[in-house]
Amino acid sequence: MSQMNMIQAIRSAHDVMLDKDPSVVAFGQDIGYFGGVFRCTDGLQKKYGEHRVIDAPIAEGGIIGTAIGLGINGLRPVVEIQFADYIYPGFDQVVSELSRLRYRSAGEFYSPVTIRTPCGGGIRGGQTHSQSPEGIFTHLSGVKTVMVSNPYDAKGLLIAAIESDDPVVFFEPKRIYNGPFDGDPDKPSVSWSSHPKGEVPDGYYTVPLGKAEIVEEGDDLTIITYGTIVHVAQAAAKAAGVNAEIIDVRSLMPLDVDTLRDSVNKTGRAMVAHEATRFCGYGAELVATIQKECFWALEAPISRVTGWDTPYPHAFEWQYFPIQKRLVDGIRKLMEVE
Amino acid sequence: MTKNPKLHIPQPTARPGEAPDFSYLELSEAGAVDRPAVDAPAAGIEHLATELVRVLDEDYEACGPWDPELDEETLIEALRLMVLTRVYDERMYRMQRQGKISFYMQALGEEAVSIGQGLAFEAGDMMFPAYRNQGLYILRNTSLVDMMSHCLSNSRDMCKGRQMPVFYQNKENNMFTISGNLATQYPQAVGWAMGSAIKGEDHIAASWVGDGSTAEADFHYALTFAAVYQAPVVLNVTNNQWAISTFQGIAGGERRPFAARGLGLGIPGIRVDGNDLLAVYSVTRWAAERARSGGGPTLIELVTYRGGAHSTSDDPSRYRPKDEWDSFPLGDPVDRLKQHLVKAGHWSETQHTALEKELKQTVDAAWKEAETYGTMTEPPFLDVKLMFEDVFAEMPEHLRRQRDKLLEIRGEPS
Repeated sequence: MSQMNMIQAIRSAHDVMLDKDPSVVAFGQDIGYFGGVFRCTDGLQKKYGEHRVIDAPIAEGGIIGTAIGLGINGLRPVVEIQFADYIYPGFDQVVSELSRLRYRSAGEFYSPVTIRTPCGGGIRGGQTHSQSPEGIFTHLSGVKTVMVSNPYDAKGLLIAAIESDDPVVFFEPKRIYNGPFDGDPDKPSVSWSSHPKGEVPDGYYTVPLGKAEIVEEGDDLTIITYGTIVHVAQAAAKAAGVNAEIIDVRSLMPLDVDTLRDSVNKTGRAMVAHEATRFCGYGAELVATIQKECFWALEAPISRVTGWDTPYPHAFEWQYFPIQKRLVDGIRKLMEVE
Repeated sequence: MTKNPKLHIPQPTARPGEAPDFSYLELSEAGAVDRPAVDAPAAGIEHLATELVRVLDEDYEACGPWDPELDEETLIEALRLMVLTRVYDERMYRMQRQGKISFYMQALGEEAVSIGQGLAFEAGDMMFPAYRNQGLYILRNTSLVDMMSHCLSNSRDMCKGRQMPVFYQNKENNMFTISGNLATQYPQAVGWAMGSAIKGEDHIAASWVGDGSTAEADFHYALTFAAVYQAPVVLNVTNNQWAISTFQGIAGGERRPFAARGLGLGIPGIRVDGNDLLAVYSVTRWAAERARSGGGPTLIELVTYRGGAHSTSDDPSRYRPKDEWDSFPLGDPVDRLKQHLVKAGHWSETQHTALEKELKQTVDAAWKEAETYGTMTEPPFLDVKLMFEDVFAEMPEHLRRQRDKLLEIRGEPS
């Protein structure tokens, strides 16, 4: 066990897999010699060589397109797209090729590409370094989608993603790379060292794809969220003085319906929260699922706290972001329903 | 001097009712273009991208340094494969017209591309074809019954009903699954080739796009990545002059040939007479040897003509002269190889007629057999449960539920 922040945990996952499986290659902009703009692959090219940890041209479509070819040829590429905001030139290769290769070829061809990409706001990144496009990917059939919220899960889920024969889009909220964020922008940053999920095994382990985690048990209401907002929700529940059950979805697609259903059937109240815009956002799927599975147990309409339906702003970041205060308000309103 | 910039809209040289005009095509004499060593530095051979490599002359004689000197047996096999492609296409086109299949695309006039190039690769090389490369599948031993069964989406369909007609695959023989999305397979071929180099193998990759698809971003991504990593890949542009209704000028072919697209990246380009099987084979062999020996990628432009409609959903009489193909200066690839063989004393009209008859019978028999595996309207049909398979390696719970729901609606046991 070691204390790791999320960057170190992600680097450790690469290290473990590059060592364990000679077919694993890392590929992306600035990830080789330099070690990545967020340092997630620092030192790995030196350790595994330029043929295993490869610097790529600035062309996301080219990176994802060639990574698919590497995968077809029996390699296991782990691709970094430097910011999720820049994934769109490669989007067609994900939608039209990666996600459907196995299906269209009746199982003959597949490409086990993992696409890692830093996402989300809270870093003063404006509209080009703050987006949360997970809902666009969960809407596809044939790619799995993950968003992690802590170092332990980041390493275990990344290893599971790399080992998966299905393609995985793996979102890493960059606001919490160095420490959890409780949604109060006026408070100083904290590190992972005091968080239990900052304790990470040094070697190989996996966290299964397709399984949510109950991060707080409670019976007043259920807060269903993922990524940075997991920590915001924990702080908000405490501030609101409620005994909330907080679920970190982690694996957005496929979704662990059982954990959601059991929790909401127990609490009778559900709040869905994410950073991404609201309209047709991933939360809409969560709401529909809860409505279908838990309708007769619900004591209040399902609540949603999300980013507004605007592009991600720069100056008004903390008005846009679902900060702790907004979640507290949401929780109070949800608890007021008789 | 005009004072203001003027928007230029490229125009084809002839529209319906006008006399065909191929004066825009720059041609070289057969045998006139030199053949550099396969390890020649790219900077010294840039002229290959703008000239036109040709082997067969006006009298169907092979001449010049690119003559591959193929033996009689290989040439006759090449002719047989080209004729088979054409006969297969004729039959399938007719079946679409009769409503037996939903859609079809012929390679009429372009048969030398798939056959000439296909013969130049080794069995372990991976092909990433485009939708008019059916000849490659035929050449790589994909059974006609399997190809037809796919077009019929019947119980034997290699794609289990997941794709519309002509999107074949043959993994066993290193033929990738065809995508209907244009040029997407180009960077994938480069990636596959990079993988081969990473693994220390000497297999190479090849991929095809049309002139129109060179405008896609994926084309340019592929060239960049191929150049950066010197990937062992042969990238091909089948310039058949037409991208559905837009002529090659709309894809940017007016000023510089498509073969020259890679020059800025240091990728050798070769422009070749795409209807001259000998030249096509020879140029491809050169590029394949170059790639296999560590010389990196080559971009080949095959100058040919789309003899038929883009697809069965297209009507070319609305945008190009009906008889345009008759005036195409590079003729018909099947006829040219046939005449070459006749001239060399290896072939005769009688043999050719007999070959056509034999292949028609082969294709007829294959169609009859394919129909026994079902058609779009006649059983046996594919099992509807297959719709939910192969989305992921293992079926997730939500798809299992959706499958069971469909079976419930249909009143079938799950």
